[in-house]
Amino acid sequence: MSKVMIYRRFERFWHWTQALLIFALLISGFEIHGSYQLLGFGRASQLHTWMAWALIVLWIFAIFWHITTGEWRQYLPTRKGLGAVIHYYLIGTFTGAAHPYRKTSKAKHNPLQRLAYLFFKLMISPIIWISGLLYLFYNDWPQFLSASIELGSVATVHTGAAFAMLIFVIAHIYMATMGKTMTSLIRPMITGYETLDEQDDVGR
Amino acid sequence: MNMLFINSQGFPMALLRRRQGVVRSRGFVALVIGILAAMACAPAWSAATEPSTADHGSFESLQKDFATAPEVTAACLECHTEAGKQIRETTHWTWTYEHPETGQVLGKRHVINSFCGMVVTNEPRCTSCHVGYGWEDMLQPPPEEADKVDCLVCHDTTGEYRKFPTSAGHPAYEPREWPKGSGNIVNPPDLKKIAQQVGESGRRNCGNCHFYGGGGDGVKHGDLDSSLFDPAKSLDVHMATEGLDFSCGECHTAWGHVIPGSRYQSTARDTKGIDIPGRTDFSRASCESCHNTAPHHQQKLNDHVDRVACQTCHIPEFARGGVATKVWWDWSTAGKLDEEGKPITRLNAEGHAVYLSQKGDFRYEENVQPHYAWFDGTVEYTLRDQALDVENPPIAINRIKGGADDPTSRIWPFKQMRGKQPYDLNRKTLLTTHVFGKDETALWRNFSWEKALRAGTQLSGQPYSGEYGFIETTMLWPITHMVPPADQAVRCQSCHARQSRLAEIKDLYIPGRDRSAGLDWTGWTLVLLVLAGVFLHALLRLIFSGRSGK
Repeated sequence: MSKVMIYRRFERFWHWTQALLIFALLISGFEIHGSYQLLGFGRASQLHTWMAWALIVLWIFAIFWHITTGEWRQYLPTRKGLGAVIHYYLIGTFTGAAHPYRKTSKAKHNPLQRLAYLFFKLMISPIIWISGLLYLFYNDWPQFLSASIELGSVATVHTGAAFAMLIFVIAHIYMATMGKTMTSLIRPMITGYETLDEQDDVGR
Repeated sequence: MNMLFINSQGFPMALLRRRQGVVRSRGFVALVIGILAAMACAPAWSAATEPSTADHGSFESLQKDFATAPEVTAACLECHTEAGKQIRETTHWTWTYEHPETGQVLGKRHVINSFCGMVVTNEPRCTSCHVGYGWEDMLQPPPEEADKVDCLVCHDTTGEYRKFPTSAGHPAYEPREWPKGSGNIVNPPDLKKIAQQVGESGRRNCGNCHFYGGGGDGVKHGDLDSSLFDPAKSLDVHMATEGLDFSCGECHTAWGHVIPGSRYQSTARDTKGIDIPGRTDFSRASCESCHNTAPHHQQKLNDHVDRVACQTCHIPEFARGGVATKVWWDWSTAGKLDEEGKPITRLNAEGHAVYLSQKGDFRYEENVQPHYAWFDGTVEYTLRDQALDVENPPIAINRIKGGADDPTSRIWPFKQMRGKQPYDLNRKTLLTTHVFGKDETALWRNFSWEKALRAGTQLSGQPYSGEYGFIETTMLWPITHMVPPADQAVRCQSCHARQSRLAEIKDLYIPGRDRSAGLDWTGWTLVLLVLAGVFLHALLRLIFSGRSGK
């Protein structure tokens, strides 16, 4: 058994700040969308804008971090072992089988995670940012934009991406409980350290 | 302190006098006071009246007993040689407005409204609000004699000058009973005293006519009534006597007796911003004239001003001063008499007439949420010679121009007046109603629509088939007064919600109100499916973890 730093300090800061911001953005966003009234439209929209800027700044740092550390490779998709992971979540988890994937600090995400996070990073987030910025700066649209698209379509795309984000968050949180224990996957994201070993400590 | 400011502003005032003539200087002084007060961080200040350069009491021409009001006018014109000519050029005098956009000839002399109908054939009653004396026939232009302009109605500072309601603009010259049969005696005003104390127009001068339009206090506009004589801040932050204490003229800045702020052709969107010498449209009758085009601290709020009029958010309701405004006037029920053949008067709990044999049925409202519509400033009327689309009532007595695709239009608040009015069944036109007069045909005396319409059309030269009916009508009145402090403005979610104040404004995407129903359905269904999947998965884990004996 060896304790290995798997999530570095910046990565954890990024993850949890992003989590907080996404929660705040979802709650205020669906209020702006008119799904319910909580803070009042004005405060919700103000909060939403601030959080969005904060998340954009965080993302700029995160992108820089991923590029300079080479950590972006963690998200390169692979088919190898994908079937086994899916099989585990659908069946193995009930029969008491062990997780087929073995984490290393060089490859800390299993093939399904890689796909999910890549989708999050390359699809959901860019769509939400671009549509969100268009939404925010609606008043300053140049002529060619206002001539070709309408605010309603931008809002629809933004809301669609928000639904995708919400679904991602639900699935992500649930799957985070599917380690050896409920919290064994979550703890490293807090402390940074994971016990990486080749022996299953099933008898624990 | 304010007096000190005013007196110390001699230089800019003099400068402005040379540039712009006499009338606008007070506004400029108020502006300078405002800037100085703001610089000195003064908590509050009020618009004081500019000290006059003349004591009218010392003028020889005014030291005599005037038998009639026109004699006063003649005395005024001895010094103010151009004033009469200026007045004759204004809508206040001509009651005629040739609309530059639509070409329609409007003004009180020509239009029908959804309150009292028309002026023509009812002159001596209606022209009690004309800025002149003796206009007794609308088919003729106003009287030509120089002394027929009424200076006092706008420049009396004593509050004692009153035009008698039925004297075509003249005050009473002997004690007269009004209303008839009430025992209330109206005494003739002391013209000598009044003439010696004339001054700048105050809100009482404007309000005595404009607050009582449509036949009574607050009846017509909804945002103009007697509560504005002494309003609290919460009713009107600009006119509050404890606050800024603006008179009407503070915004409706006169220029050679022309008062800006027309309802027929409004400035729906003032892109000029703050009015300063050299960059002015000579009218401060728009919010932007003082508050500029980006007055909010929050950018998102400023982003609204291109499409939403200031009034739309900043006048949450009108008729808020305790005076109800008329919202329904059904002329079709007028003329009913009681068993003794006497006219009927029915009052509601607040003392408002809900039925009068003379006028029909009424409904009133207080604290009214406005009706909202796109408005580019142009108002088109349904005039007497225009055929009505009788298949599709209600008939719009006026039509507000504008739309989402027009960048000069903004969403404006309106009072919507509704009611029923007589029309020609065969010719399909609105009809001239002869209601006032001592003759045998006037409706208010004889209670016969048959006679009143025949006489009205005949006297006014309108073709009439002889068969009449009543049709439902609507009329929109822009709301722009009764602005409360900013913290009472309409909340964001009043419009940005499924139940939106702007439900009528369809051609615009409003976040919070509008959505793609299909996307919402799909989105929430997927969310629920994923949640259900999660619960099912978790449940199975729980069950199997028990069995596997972990």
